[in-house]
Amino acid sequence: MSHGPAKGLSRWFLATNHKDIGTLYLWFSFSMFLLGGSFAMIIRAELFQPGLQLIEPNFFNQMTTMHGLIMVFGAIMPAFVGLANYMIPLMIGAPDMALPRMNNFSFWLLPIAFAILASTLFMDGGAPNFGWTFYAPLSTTYAPPSVTYFIFGIHIMGLSSIMGSINIIATIMNLRAPGMTLMKMPLFVWTWLITAFLLVAVMPVLAGAVTMMLMDIHFGTSFFSAAGGGDPVLFQHIFWFFGHPEVYIIILPAFGVVSEIIPTFSRKPLFGYASMVYATAAIAFLSFIVWAHHMFTVGMPLVGELYFMWATMLIAIPTAAKVFNWITTMFKGSITFETPMLFSIAFVFLFTIGGFTGLMLAIAPADMQYHDTYFVVAHFHYTMVAGAIFSMSAAIYYWLPKWTGRMYNESMGKVHFWISFLGFNLTFFPQHFIGLAGMPRRIPDYALQFADFNMISSIGAFIYGASQLLFLYNVIATIKYGEKTTVKKTWEGANGLEWTQPSPLPYHTFTTPPEFK
Amino acid sequence: MHLKGKRLKKLISSPMALFALSSTSALAENLVENSAQAERWQMNLKPGVTELGQEIYDIHMLVFWICCVAAVFVFGYMFYAMFAYRKSKGHEPANFHEHAVAEISWTIIPAIILLGMAWPASMTMIKVYDTTESDLDILVTGYQWKWKYEYILEHGENVAFFSNLTTPSQQIHGEEAKNNNYLLEVDNPMYLPVNKKARFLITANDVIHAWWVPALSVKKDAIPGFINEISAKPFKTGTYRGQCAELCGKDHGFMPIVVKVVEQDEFDSWLSEKQTQAAELAELMQQEMSMDELLAQGEKTYAGKCAACHGSNGEGGVGAVIKGSKVATGALSWHLDVVVNGVAGTMMQAFGAQLNAIELAAVITYQRNAFGNNMGDKVQPIDVHNFKQGGK
Amino acid sequence: MADQATSTLVKKLMLAVVAMFGFGFALVPIYDVFCDLTGLNGKTSGSAYQAVDVVVDTSRTITVQFLASNNDKMNWAFKPAKTILRVHPGQAVNTHFFAKNPRDYTMVAQAIPSISPGRAAEFFHKTECFCFNKQTLLAGESIEMPLQFIVDQDLPKDVKTITLSYTLFDVSEKSLASR
Repeated sequence: MSHGPAKGLSRWFLATNHKDIGTLYLWFSFSMFLLGGSFAMIIRAELFQPGLQLIEPNFFNQMTTMHGLIMVFGAIMPAFVGLANYMIPLMIGAPDMALPRMNNFSFWLLPIAFAILASTLFMDGGAPNFGWTFYAPLSTTYAPPSVTYFIFGIHIMGLSSIMGSINIIATIMNLRAPGMTLMKMPLFVWTWLITAFLLVAVMPVLAGAVTMMLMDIHFGTSFFSAAGGGDPVLFQHIFWFFGHPEVYIIILPAFGVVSEIIPTFSRKPLFGYASMVYATAAIAFLSFIVWAHHMFTVGMPLVGELYFMWATMLIAIPTAAKVFNWITTMFKGSITFETPMLFSIAFVFLFTIGGFTGLMLAIAPADMQYHDTYFVVAHFHYTMVAGAIFSMSAAIYYWLPKWTGRMYNESMGKVHFWISFLGFNLTFFPQHFIGLAGMPRRIPDYALQFADFNMISSIGAFIYGASQLLFLYNVIATIKYGEKTTVKKTWEGANGLEWTQPSPLPYHTFTTPPEFK
Repeated sequence: MHLKGKRLKKLISSPMALFALSSTSALAENLVENSAQAERWQMNLKPGVTELGQEIYDIHMLVFWICCVAAVFVFGYMFYAMFAYRKSKGHEPANFHEHAVAEISWTIIPAIILLGMAWPASMTMIKVYDTTESDLDILVTGYQWKWKYEYILEHGENVAFFSNLTTPSQQIHGEEAKNNNYLLEVDNPMYLPVNKKARFLITANDVIHAWWVPALSVKKDAIPGFINEISAKPFKTGTYRGQCAELCGKDHGFMPIVVKVVEQDEFDSWLSEKQTQAAELAELMQQEMSMDELLAQGEKTYAGKCAACHGSNGEGGVGAVIKGSKVATGALSWHLDVVVNGVAGTMMQAFGAQLNAIELAAVITYQRNAFGNNMGDKVQPIDVHNFKQGGK
Repeated sequence: MADQATSTLVKKLMLAVVAMFGFGFALVPIYDVFCDLTGLNGKTSGSAYQAVDVVVDTSRTITVQFLASNNDKMNWAFKPAKTILRVHPGQAVNTHFFAKNPRDYTMVAQAIPSISPGRAAEFFHKTECFCFNKQTLLAGESIEMPLQFIVDQDLPKDVKTITLSYTLFDVSEKSLASR
């Protein structure tokens, strides 16, 4: 029964092994991260100074749109799906994912979806230029012809996500080692279970939204056009009904990762496990009833504004509980600061700042000033980059020795961390200021008073961008030349089933389920 | 170039400016005409020039300081834990993982603090939706990529005009030094009387825009087919600048808003001047213009509206070639149709609503007689008027 | 056994996916109901209001403003006969809008009404409106389009001004092609 990997390319094309598929997801998402990142570099280069220097406004809009779409759907989401594929079977003592063939299919849909999306850049009329939120009618009546390909890309990507989450739910529900009850699952597994349910619930809504767009564009319906009795604001409601859970889809697995890493390097069990689970579930639930806080300026009735403000402010409660739990996990521990821990601490620090600005944005009257400015851009990059990307870097450093049986270069890891940390804050902290001073987002050129902070922000972005190349180098160097390590427990304080397996991990693990006490 | 150098020098020479709430350098003062205006190194909202705006600013500061205090507490706890319990100090890990009192208190205390913020915020929000009588109603319409303001008057015709960006493309493309109001200057600003409540009815012609003037604390989406309303009662005269806040296509960054708040009598004379202009225009339209007059006006209009796309000598560019083109040397009605109604599916906009009949007549005459086109025919304002009204 | 459980679970999840896809579309009518209830967006009813006999409340005077806009690519001359009317709640009021098609071919327009403040929408009843139907104008033709409305007595006391805006959309392509 037990056999090694197939030879050559067929190992990857026909992959059904969860570790192979996890690897594919991770490399794919990293390549998308670099692509989306290079778009960000173009954006920041244009914004280095006032005036139009490098690119035309229409191309600038294509860059902001593609940057958002690729980072959200191509980099962050697949990265966490890859991590889920790799780690969930190991964490719950399962031999593989529940549906290995579907797993293969859901991965290979992704490169197709993003090849279609990226090809729009070379089409007549250019790539989508209506922002990653693609508000109608800019994305319907006034869209470039490539919008049809964009819609197909979203459909395929959504299909991939839905299949991936069904697989994850099936695996977690049915393949846990005997004795592992739900409330004994590692927190990463818990956060992913909840994330997968969110995905099953909202990805079809996104598919519905783009289908309506497609029908408006090609089949003469008027879902989003006032002329035929439709309403452009309806699009925003449907989009954010998907969009707000989507941002938690991005951040919940990150919560899970950090909840694994902080106890390890604090050498102390996670504080408040049960409250972490309930807080995650509470956040997921709240995500469905707060969507219109993205639309405070759209002209909702007063009751609507007040309801969405209060509901949004409620999110602060479970989120604060999580932050206190992480810190209390460190409290009275025995802490060391290896690279994964550094990234995790930075996650808690920066994500909390993003949480505070999120709270400010929830205040409806003040949001009338913040809305669609760089303050919002700064806020969501503090949650997306310092949240998702930092925790992803932490995860890679944390599990890489287990995956490869080789140790990464710790000093290089720390250098990567400090450059990232510096570059990130230099990029995004000043954006709070220019936002409050009145700079709208998504503009290719700006008034002179915003020039100073924009220049700082651009310099920070180049530093942050460059630090990711160091990361790539460190990972490749580890895989090729890293110091060999065969210790099962790479980290002294690590707990969990994955650390009971040899390093590097054999091709098949847990072919017989372990006994979980 | 000069400005760029100065900015760079300032960036290098005064890193401390990062921490100053507002810069007091002479250069910064040059950029500022008014305290409500954005300035260099500005790091915070400004209170604005309406009572409501100041209240919103207070809410913003209240929430900001609460967040700061919370941050000091949370991060203080975190850094204390990090430094006090590091392994290098030889600290042995404890093994607790639950503490009911702590967990309940960090649920309840934030909840109470949140209530403390939600209450004043709700009270302010109710004031934003206030529907008391206004003194002045203005229809604001977003276009790709300009604003149209229509003063709704009970007696006589409404006063309506477009407000376009005036920053020359040479400044945008770095061929000229950028002026202080770079990208925040328009040809026809909106005028408002001081201490009067203005109600803005906001809609759009094509895609969604958002009308935002920070100093008036007004930001509302402009949605095609629907109207939104928001009001402001500025208590201080001055010039206040804002921008479109919702991505609306290519030139989203190039459709600024300028509002001049003036004394009532100045406002009245401005409004009556606008009305007189409209009446004069109607009268002028009845007059014959000479070829010289038409060409002189046409050259001006061409430079302002056409040259950016069609080239200053009609040689083309983003837009089609005019020199010797079929339109400019073809039937007059075709030429009128192209300029007045635009060409669907191309970049050629409809200028019928943006230019008045005289400007249209002049620019068409100019195009037909300049660049060696030498058609020799004239278009009179009345022709344009008749064309717009459906005549041939 | 695990396989059996998995396939049941997968079937349920697939069903959930299909249901949520349907829910996305169901949001369209749900939204309309929601708009009716809250006056969101200032939408008004698309069909004629059946007037009921009520006493005109002469103690209150409501200012009704009329706005006329053209959407993109629409260049009809379009304006209200009167910009402002002062009416009493309960009173049936007649007015009209002018429109003229300046082009040398037939065009069809759809007028889309919108009311501000939004919460006044449910208290503004149109007994007759040109917006209930598409308007077809031949080349150069002009028309007076009638509007009859009643402001409900239950209009909230603090609302003193109601703005009724019409935007003309060009629907020639769709309407003329389907003939």
